[in-house]
Amino acid sequence: MIVATSVLQDHHFIEALYIVAFVLFILGLRGLAGPRTAPFGNRLAAVGMLIAFVATLLIEHVIKSGSDVALMAVGIGIGTAVGIPAARGVKMTAMPQMVALFNGVGGGAVALIAWVEYRRRFPEGGELWNLKAEIPSLFAAIVGSISFWGSNIAFGKLQEILPGRPIQLPGQRVINVLLMTVAAVSAVVLASGVHSQALFILGVLVAAALLGNMVVLPIGGADMPVVISLLNAFTGLSAAATGIALDNTALIVAGTLVGASGSFLTNLMAIAMNRSVPAIIAGGFGGGGTAPAAAADGEDRQVRSTSADDVAIQLSYADRVVVVPGYGMAVAQAQHAVRELMDELEKRGVSVEFAIHPVAGRMPGHMNVLLAEANVPYDHLKEMDEINPEFPQTDVSLVIGANDVTNPDARENEGSPIYGMPILDVDRSEQVIVLKRSMNTGFAGIDNPLFYKENTSLLFGDAKDSVTELVSEVKNLG
Amino acid sequence: MDILTDIAILVLAAFVGFEVISKVPNTLHTPLMSGTNAIHGIVLLGGLLVLSSAVGALNKVLLVIAITFGTINIVGGFLVTDRMLEMFKGRRDPKRSEEERSE
Repeated sequence: MIVATSVLQDHHFIEALYIVAFVLFILGLRGLAGPRTAPFGNRLAAVGMLIAFVATLLIEHVIKSGSDVALMAVGIGIGTAVGIPAARGVKMTAMPQMVALFNGVGGGAVALIAWVEYRRRFPEGGELWNLKAEIPSLFAAIVGSISFWGSNIAFGKLQEILPGRPIQLPGQRVINVLLMTVAAVSAVVLASGVHSQALFILGVLVAAALLGNMVVLPIGGADMPVVISLLNAFTGLSAAATGIALDNTALIVAGTLVGASGSFLTNLMAIAMNRSVPAIIAGGFGGGGTAPAAAADGEDRQVRSTSADDVAIQLSYADRVVVVPGYGMAVAQAQHAVRELMDELEKRGVSVEFAIHPVAGRMPGHMNVLLAEANVPYDHLKEMDEINPEFPQTDVSLVIGANDVTNPDARENEGSPIYGMPILDVDRSEQVIVLKRSMNTGFAGIDNPLFYKENTSLLFGDAKDSVTELVSEVKNLG
Repeated sequence: MDILTDIAILVLAAFVGFEVISKVPNTLHTPLMSGTNAIHGIVLLGGLLVLSSAVGALNKVLLVIAITFGTINIVGGFLVTDRMLEMFKGRRDPKRSEEERSE
């Protein structure tokens, strides 16, 4: 190695800057544990990123020519010009697809870098590349590519460019296994010394891209929280692999932190649905993608439909109301109206709390973000384990656009595809009011016996319109 | 660097990741995810590292795209997380709540 010309370019100095960045990343993530410290934590992590960025520019030979600097500036300029307005303008309801998109570009960057590394090392299939760099690069190419395409499909589904329902091809699993085999075998062949650009591109990048598409397409909207956090973990791990290939500790540490936290979160989501991550990836409920039809068991399946003024009276004279928000609230953008309803009811001395299922919505914590946007106080939001014992003492449960997470079949009916999934026990409260667009079954096509219970009544209509109507009815009661 | 050193760093970082994240409440899972999402934008540095030694127009173009992607990931990720977290933080302050609601 050439002796560094200045202290700034000293390899130890750069490593020291990286260490400062790691400390900031870790402190930043730790800050996210509480709502008070979280904004500061996020900013600490951002400062860490800035330090790592500057340190990298100081590394010898990174800035070699003016034209390279110009190219860097172009990339960073465009990235900033796209990233800032996207982050500023996105609606809170559109957050899951925004996160998916940001995740996708990260994965795409990983795959592109791996591709260039390959092209650079084997201009004509000659030069030797040590396995220590080659194996992680191949891994990064595959996982980054899956993450890029998978995230784009997730984005398309969430943005409703693609249908949210599971899309399955015949023999889907066989195709997936084949694609995975193609990618893996190509990687092994390349690592064993066969150098072929075509094999790298087709065998590794394209097979992984197709796999990313095929894996996410069959996944329905309700499983999105798991998929998004899994893809997040994937991008993190692939970034760490790039770090090993490029001998850069900043990438290894930051990538692994994300990979670990993403895996943790993915597992948490899967537990909250009582399903395994592989089962979710395999797609559909119970496998095979044949969503089970509603069991027609000959019972009396009458639903009681109710009106806004009746509901307003029930709510106003209750002591305790629990609101159960779901994806329907997000779609209708009803969170502000819900907050108004809470204010009106609290003025009348009604205690109002929110029961949040861990997988309600389309990403982990989705409902919390929306309610926070509408300024619902943090201490009004209750997690599942905390609120479930309190449902028997609840006068009215108001279910707004949630379905599967309230389905008592998950608790009682062993034959149900969602049997065993922890649910919010709304059916144990005195009265249940369900705000629903129509009698369509939920995403999974699973019937919800909650709707037919004696203490349940349904208020049909768009969630936002219904809640707005409730607000004015409650006000009219004086 | 030695491969074992790399793996040691990786394993330790993974444990730190698990430890730190297990303390985050459900309520903050979305900001957590988008915050960590921003952190993996660090791959931008990989693009910077490779750029000067890559020759040929295609390589340069691919890397500029990678750098663009990485920058979107970082800038967008941190900003959007910041926006979300401000909502979680500011609501005890009635004046601020009004401002945010009128946005």
